[in-house]
Amino acid sequence: TTLQTRTKPNIVDRPVPRGKSEVGLSAFCFLFSSMVQYLQTGVNSISDLEGKLSEAGYGIGVRMLEIVIYRDRSCKREIRVVPMLSLVKETLWKSMFGKAADSLERASDKDSEYMIHDREPLVNTYISVPKDFGNLNCASFVAGIIHGVLDSADFPCHVSAHSNPMGSEARTTYLVKFTEEVMERERRMTG
Amino acid sequence: SFYIVGKKDNPLYEYTPSQKKEDLNLLQQNQFFVHAALDMVDEEIWKTNSMYLKTVDKFNDKVISAYVTASHIRFMLLHEGKSEESVKSFFLEVHELYIKIMTNPLCDLDAPIVSPAFDTKVRAAARKYFQ
Repeated sequence: TTLQTRTKPNIVDRPVPRGKSEVGLSAFCFLFSSMVQYLQTGVNSISDLEGKLSEAGYGIGVRMLEIVIYRDRSCKREIRVVPMLSLVKETLWKSMFGKAADSLERASDKDSEYMIHDREPLVNTYISVPKDFGNLNCASFVAGIIHGVLDSADFPCHVSAHSNPMGSEARTTYLVKFTEEVMERERRMTG
Repeated sequence: SFYIVGKKDNPLYEYTPSQKKEDLNLLQQNQFFVHAALDMVDEEIWKTNSMYLKTVDKFNDKVISAYVTASHIRFMLLHEGKSEESVKSFFLEVHELYIKIMTNPLCDLDAPIVSPAFDTKVRAAARKYFQ
C-alpha cells in the first residue's frame, strides 16, 4: 500500500481571506496579556514597556493597511491627512474591532495633532493596571498599529495612547502627531 | 522587465523574460532607467488616489509604467509599448500575490522576496498578459 501525503497548497495559491472570521474575546485577551507579561521582562520603565507594545503593533499596522484596502476593492490610496485618518477610524477599526472608533478630532491649538477616541478599547478589557505602574496604557499596542498604518503610507508621525477615564468608561485617546514634512506637503496640496 | 522596489529604493524582486549573454549590459542599463524613474513615481504618488500610475517615464523606445500599493511599495515595468489594459491587469495580479507574501508576520518587508511559488506565479502572469 502506498502512503498518501496531503500536500498543503502554497499561500500564493490560496485566496486572500475575506476577513469575516472572528476570534473569541477571551482567547485574544489571554494572548494579549501573555504578550504584555512577556514584554515586561527586560524593560525598566513604563515608557519602555509602552514602546515595546507599540513596536509589536507596528508590523501589524503595515499589513492591515494593505489587506483592508485590498478588501475594499477600490484600488485607491489616500494621500491627504483627514481621509487617511478617517480610513483608520472607520475601516481599520471595523476590521479589527467590529465597529468604528468613537470620534476623530483635530487638536484646537495645533493643526498637526489629531485625536482618535475610543470609549472602551478592546485590548484593555481584562487589563488592570496596578498603582505602581502609573499611567501605563496597554493600548499602546493599538497606537503602534495606527503608527504602522500611517507610517507605511508615508505619513510619518508619533502615535501615543492616553487614558482618560470618564466615570465607569475606560476611555483611551490616541494622539497622532504628524511631522512637519507631512504638514508642509498638506499645505502644498491645499494651496 | 518587472521590478518590485521597496521603501528604501532597494529591489525586492526582479523578473526579465529573456536572458541572453549579450543582454547583460542591457540588464544593467534597464536597472539604471528604472532607478532614475523612481523620482517620477514619487511625484505622481501625491497627485492621484490611484494605484495604477500608467506611464511615468520614457527612454528611447522603452517606456516605464508604475503601480503603487497602499503601503507605497512600487511596481515598475520597463516595456516597449504594451497595452495599458494588460499592464494594469498584470500589476493587479502581482499586487494580490504580494499581499499573500507580505501578510506573513515573519516576512521581512525590506528583504528580497525569495519564494519560488511567488516567482512561478509572477512569470505565469507575465505570460498570461504579455503574449
